[in-house]
Amino acid sequence: MPVVALTAALRRFLPIPSVRVGGATVAAALDALFADSPGLRGYLLDDQGALRRHVAIYVNGAPVADRALLSDPVQPADEIHVFQALTGG
Amino acid sequence: MTGRLHVGTRKGWFELRRGAACWDIAETAFLGDPVSAVLALPDGADLAALDLGHFGAKLWKRPPGGAWREVAAPAFPPKPADATDDPHPWSLGKIWTLEPGFVPGRVWAGTMPGGLFRSDDGGETWALNAPLWFMPERRRWQGVAGLEQPGLHSVLVDPRDPADLRIGVSTAGVWASADTGATWRLINRGMYAEYLPPELREDPISQDVHRLARCAARPEVIWCQHHNAAFRSVDGGANWTELPLRPAKFGFAVAAHPRDPLTAWFVPAVKDERRIPVDAQLVVARTRDGGASFEVLRRGLPQRHAYDLVWRHALAVDADGRCLAMGSTSGGLWLSEDGGDSWTAPEARLPPVAALRFAD
Repeated sequence: MPVVALTAALRRFLPIPSVRVGGATVAAALDALFADSPGLRGYLLDDQGALRRHVAIYVNGAPVADRALLSDPVQPADEIHVFQALTGG
Repeated sequence: MTGRLHVGTRKGWFELRRGAACWDIAETAFLGDPVSAVLALPDGADLAALDLGHFGAKLWKRPPGGAWREVAAPAFPPKPADATDDPHPWSLGKIWTLEPGFVPGRVWAGTMPGGLFRSDDGGETWALNAPLWFMPERRRWQGVAGLEQPGLHSVLVDPRDPADLRIGVSTAGVWASADTGATWRLINRGMYAEYLPPELREDPISQDVHRLARCAARPEVIWCQHHNAAFRSVDGGANWTELPLRPAKFGFAVAAHPRDPLTAWFVPAVKDERRIPVDAQLVVARTRDGGASFEVLRRGLPQRHAYDLVWRHALAVDADGRCLAMGSTSGGLWLSEDGGDSWTAPEARLPPVAALRFAD
């Protein structure tokens, strides 16, 4: 199952797990994460479910292509990293 | 007498308390995080809205004597497929103001992108005011200067009739509801926008209302700091008269005396291209005759090389109308115990001040 690693910057606001989750897409992997940490959803996604403008998600070192639906596929051995986007320095 | 002041800044929340000799910072919270709105609820709980640059707008609540915890922030509904021509995002950008509803548990939140939200449980859960959001005219609302979204910055609730509402929007004029937000109408007449083409100069929806303040004892009296003038209404915002504000007509903040409908305070600045105090001297303009004339108050305020700008929500008056507080974009904070005649600064160098409010 893919591993999701979350930026430590979230630690000031809520507990952050770094966990193996199910799911064949980034969206499905995040949904599995949100099932355990419902409060996390609003930190990463906007009201329409798109990735927040200043949050970045990488799969095995490459940024996700679909920021609206997060439909990028993930494999069981993949690592998903969630960071603050460095917008504006 | 007022004893606590809450200050929301670019990098944290501060509570000041009145001591024997002066006001001083007694508590801090959210250090490093932008705080966009603050409110003390009638039951003693406190609300603080965070505007996290990466992770969105959040709302935190502290019960009396308790610890801060995150509560649900207002959220917009799913955007319908046929709303693709809506120029504004359907996602919370910022909680810009929190206002008491004068009904137990009720709180109103004004937000970017121009949504009004209501809570009936002390800010724990929120519902979008759908009639305002789905109104076709909303698509004509314009963004705040420098930002892309309209901002709903003022919510005025009539303490005698909590169903009677006024809202101010940058940029969309003044709207009224007599039925707790079930229906809305654009009401402002008499304002003018000197920055628009002649045919739009008096168009009510094009007026850049920077801030509204209502006299609590005489709610039909409303004061407005507009982009290019100060105005006053004595009929609940339907008709507006320009005031001879000095030393400049531009500004963001206005505070209304809670009991005296003739008294209000403004913080004028050089108009929009510059946004600094006139002659680099920070002053407060006070009227005590309904806006017929203004006194310029400067005792205790910086009068040399002061480049402080006071934002919309960074001027507050207490329930007695005697104690005032003012915070600036340079992190200045000043208090007055004599209605603005003189000001003192607590010993602090704060981050830029977004909002402040007396708690009790």
